[in-house]
Amino acid sequence: MTTTISAQIPTPANSYEAGKPVMTDLNGQTLLCLRTLAEENPASLETYIKLGGYSALKRIVSEKTKATDIITQVKTSGLRGRGGAGFPTGLKWSFMPRYFDGVKYLVCNSDEGEPGTFKDRDIIRYNPHQLIEGMAIAAYTLGARVGYNYIHGEIWQDYEIFEAALHEAKAAGYLGENLFGTNFCFDLYAVHGYGAYICGEETALIESIEGKKGQPRFKPPFPASYGVFGKPTNVNNTESYASIPWIMQHGGEAFAALGVPNSGGTKLFSVSGHVGKPGNYEVKMGTPFTELLEMAGGVWKGRKLKAVIPGGPSTPVMPASAIMGATMDYEGLSKARSSLGAGSMIVMDETTCMVKALHRLSYFFYEESCGQCTPCREGTGWVYRVITRIVNGKGKMEDLDLLTDVSNNISGRTICALGEAAATPVLSFIKHFRPEFEYYIQHGKSMVESQIDAVVDGKAEPK
Amino acid sequence: MLNIEIDGKALEVEHGSTIIDAADKAGIPIPRFCYHPKLSVAANCRMCLVQVEKFNKPLPACATPVADGMKIFTRSKSAIEAQKSVMEFLLINHPLDCPICDQGGECDLQDIAVAYGTSGSRYTEEKRVVFNKNIGPLVSTDMTRCIQCTRCVRFLKEVGGMMELGMVGRGEHAEITAYVDKSVNSELSGNIIDLCPVGALTSKPFRYSARSWELTRRPSIAPHDGLGSHIEVHVKDNKVMRVLPREKESINECWLSDRDRFSYEGLNSPDRLKVPMIKHNGAWVETDWKTALEFAAGQIKDITNEHGSEALGVLVSPNSTMEEGYLAKKLADGLGCGNVDYRLRQTDFRLDGKRQGTPWMGINIHEIEELDRILVIGSNLRNEHPLLAQRFRKAVANGAELSVISPLDNDPLMDIAHKVIVRPNDMVNVLGQILKAMSGLQRLSLCLPASLNQLLEEIKVRPNTQAIAESMAGHGKDYDLVAPKVGIFLGNMALSDPRFTEMYSMAEAIGGISGAKGGILPAAANSTGMHMMGVMPSSTGMHARAMLEVPRKAYLIVNIEPELDCQHAALAKVAMAKAECVVALTAFKSQALENADVLLPIAPFTETSGTFMSMEGRVQSFTAVAKPLAECRPAWKVLRVLANTLGLQGFDYETSEQVKEAIFSGEKPSAVVWRSLNNNLKELVEIQVNIKHDGLQRIGEVPQYESDPIVRRSPPLQKTKYNIKPMARMCASQLEVLGLVEGDNVLVKQDKGSAVLTVKLDNHVAKGCVRVAAAHEDTIGLGDLMGDITVEKLSVEQLQAHTKASMEARA
Repeated sequence: MTTTISAQIPTPANSYEAGKPVMTDLNGQTLLCLRTLAEENPASLETYIKLGGYSALKRIVSEKTKATDIITQVKTSGLRGRGGAGFPTGLKWSFMPRYFDGVKYLVCNSDEGEPGTFKDRDIIRYNPHQLIEGMAIAAYTLGARVGYNYIHGEIWQDYEIFEAALHEAKAAGYLGENLFGTNFCFDLYAVHGYGAYICGEETALIESIEGKKGQPRFKPPFPASYGVFGKPTNVNNTESYASIPWIMQHGGEAFAALGVPNSGGTKLFSVSGHVGKPGNYEVKMGTPFTELLEMAGGVWKGRKLKAVIPGGPSTPVMPASAIMGATMDYEGLSKARSSLGAGSMIVMDETTCMVKALHRLSYFFYEESCGQCTPCREGTGWVYRVITRIVNGKGKMEDLDLLTDVSNNISGRTICALGEAAATPVLSFIKHFRPEFEYYIQHGKSMVESQIDAVVDGKAEPK
Repeated sequence: MLNIEIDGKALEVEHGSTIIDAADKAGIPIPRFCYHPKLSVAANCRMCLVQVEKFNKPLPACATPVADGMKIFTRSKSAIEAQKSVMEFLLINHPLDCPICDQGGECDLQDIAVAYGTSGSRYTEEKRVVFNKNIGPLVSTDMTRCIQCTRCVRFLKEVGGMMELGMVGRGEHAEITAYVDKSVNSELSGNIIDLCPVGALTSKPFRYSARSWELTRRPSIAPHDGLGSHIEVHVKDNKVMRVLPREKESINECWLSDRDRFSYEGLNSPDRLKVPMIKHNGAWVETDWKTALEFAAGQIKDITNEHGSEALGVLVSPNSTMEEGYLAKKLADGLGCGNVDYRLRQTDFRLDGKRQGTPWMGINIHEIEELDRILVIGSNLRNEHPLLAQRFRKAVANGAELSVISPLDNDPLMDIAHKVIVRPNDMVNVLGQILKAMSGLQRLSLCLPASLNQLLEEIKVRPNTQAIAESMAGHGKDYDLVAPKVGIFLGNMALSDPRFTEMYSMAEAIGGISGAKGGILPAAANSTGMHMMGVMPSSTGMHARAMLEVPRKAYLIVNIEPELDCQHAALAKVAMAKAECVVALTAFKSQALENADVLLPIAPFTETSGTFMSMEGRVQSFTAVAKPLAECRPAWKVLRVLANTLGLQGFDYETSEQVKEAIFSGEKPSAVVWRSLNNNLKELVEIQVNIKHDGLQRIGEVPQYESDPIVRRSPPLQKTKYNIKPMARMCASQLEVLGLVEGDNVLVKQDKGSAVLTVKLDNHVAKGCVRVAAAHEDTIGLGDLMGDITVEKLSVEQLQAHTKASMEARA
């Protein structure tokens, strides 16, 4: 996985003016979730407050804004779940029981573990207070007393940054008991995972918070009625929560207007792979792919684009021809027969062997299956072994149909969505690049690599 | 009620049922592995996927609640495709070793594979191998066969009460395992063998000894505790090969305790007595039935003629059948002898003649789980009633508050709301406190007899007993109940206590105030039946204890090993040694029967017909599942012929059914039982509540795998961790008082007897007590199970001298 930090930060240009939407133009980006990025100490409370941070929370809590009004704003904003599924956030919030005798919980899913996904860590690293404010607003709206931010187990520094931000926020009176002199109380904790991909699945994440082995629960019941410790729980992605303060500051319509119909606001794209400047890019929903690619420095070394996985390995791979005309939003990518996912864009140039790329991806899903339910536990291993055999030059032509069939049998028959996630790359790679697979099976070697005859500076160059 | 349709069949089902419930009720088969109606739903095997109208994906029938108007298709193309694909996945890593797998022939995976599998596999890669685990002497593992359904994990956690197995590792590396280096120690562990849908968990004792289709399955009743579990005995070539539970929802559900499941190995013990034997000049001589019976009858006759009929004592095991007990009693009556008893482990007989009827558990077994408040007095539930304990566990899981008064703080593997752990002697006072607190709470002190009120005056109520009283009265941790369903139960430690009368009277009074159901939890298979038939001394006769305290000239003992089965081992040993003649009806040769003069080989429960009456008053008859071994004969026949040989009248029974008929005088057993069961006392017995007594007290528990002669001879049960040598177990503060440390050797003394034991730290024992297990050869020199005891530290020299002396004595 690429571990690039965000794009280079130029000299800060502070365009803050009270009352105006705060968006720092950074290399053509529209910074909203990362709005502190251009500042000197982006993660500090001071910086965040300077940019108008916590004002929305303070206003809402002090004015005792009605929860229904907030939910209406969120619905208007067109904000959809940024974790990958794209479920409308406002609608999800309306599922939380209003009147419940007992503690309700709020959970932030910062457990991004899919290859090529590294956006939430930048929010935590550069703008933790916006996430905290977003969660506090959500807690106020949904009546949650306790919140957890579940942070992926493989990122340590960012966990510490978030912990520090929690202390800052608490000391400043944005978290804790009787906030702003009202009876609103909200305690927020950071939970560090152990690095399992499956814990990014919301019910496995809940199990993990409870101290159990991370395994998805069968749904229904959904977390809104049976979540952490069996209590009503709202789970959203980091980026979703981080969008809330802006929405509450500027209104749902302003947020919706940033994007395109059905895809409001901005989106963070983690661009990795064969590009000049890999990193996170926050752009308006509906930005053409070509623009985003250009922002990320274009395909490196002047090579040709071969394929793109637009939203993380669990979204279907798209050949260059399909993605070149696409816009980066839910509907734009769905029309192009893929999906936005978590915005984890993996760019592959013409030297990429699709058989080996799939081999690596299938290994990931094989190793990350939780093993709870049969199709995924058995199927991911089967798929991985067959592809391994092909890569080792021992493939058979019927293996391609077998792979398709096995993947179809995993998909839709498992407890959680990992089944689909594991099947999607196999199905889409074989669908779009079948000749490459056939070549590999027939010749026992990679078609792409066979075409490379020169090795310059240790890097493969196309013929 | 909801209206749904499964495979075109219109059904009306209850709100909240799942698709699989509805289908099962309607007899529509849906394949499944992980689903079990008694366990939580895991939905992990995915075998039960079905098509539901308006859903684009197949849904698991086990986890999908039905909704009104739902249309379900279990055999549609989409459903079958899903089921077949899951079947294929399950089989790719499953070894094809059915021919050498013990599960073969009774394997869910095998059966369902016939319906949903294909003849060949598309999987050509290497198969997964999982190393086997050693989880103890009862359950054998072949973990490569495991399909990760987690039924075993869920059973041990939810029914057994402790999560002794779990799934470690992820994905294909996931495997079921116990904690590092730990075995599965649940006393219900054998049930995971039945639950395992494949051959991953099989019976270790049964392993490789027969194929399931070679076995004849015959129903019977479990003979080791008062539950009366229904069992199915599997027999091959007249040999019992294994025992499985027979489903009986109201008694054992679909479970069986390990004791009932694995005791059968004792039936095939080399100790089995095959021919009658007579002691001739101090040596055992094999003989035939006629000689043996004539010898026995002659001896009994001679002694009773010479010393009077009261010179005979008849002791019957409470694990014997009703027929056997009835005939033993009738035989004694015929001889004019009133010394008959089955209550071998009781010291306090003050309630004799004061009862209104037969004491029983006072409630039906399945009603336990509906109780709101439970008080258990003097019982180590898991040890005494392993499967019954599970019903209590269910009650607690349903929200019941459990209070415990006991000298032992053993973990029952369920939440205890309140507990008082005190010396047995102080339990009476604690009950007095509860009674006082309750009468205060309910303002019912006027209802108590004046004498009792006066006794209570001296008692001071402590906060912990106040809490129990409040719990019984309906006050609760979470919410209060107006009229809670209360159950009060007295266990083995109370039944064996010299102050049982006090405990019983108090419990009865508390029960009266709180409107409780409940009673005693008798230990043996037929205790209640024996009591109902009056296998007890006549008004002038001697009870079991007196017969040993004042030794008789002759004894007729049925199905017991005196030193191991009696309350006072030392007394029993001496009494048998002193007697001129001991006639023993026994299934086993035994060191404990060395003092007998005639051994008559009787058939254990598998080789005879008979009837047990369970603790809930259920009369259950069973037939022999195998022919008697060699010269063994059913005990009822032996008693009958012995009576004939003694020249007694009225012993013309041809079948055990005729004996049963006589027991119930031709009436319906349930009618007789209904009339007889009654826990109330006719009058209040004179009791004392405030006896000050500071000496050390023994807690002489009978370990569950030492409870009767069959169990004691079952090698697999003897290999479990419950089979530990008796030790002098005391809590830390008690050790400090005595200046002892763990590992010291001590001489423990009771009455005139003694035993040399090692000291063991056991903080589950109340202060002022020494826990010394009974029914073991190391402790047969000791006295009462619950009684005074002294402990002396032995120096190395003293220990050597002692060992030498005992070696010489043995030689």
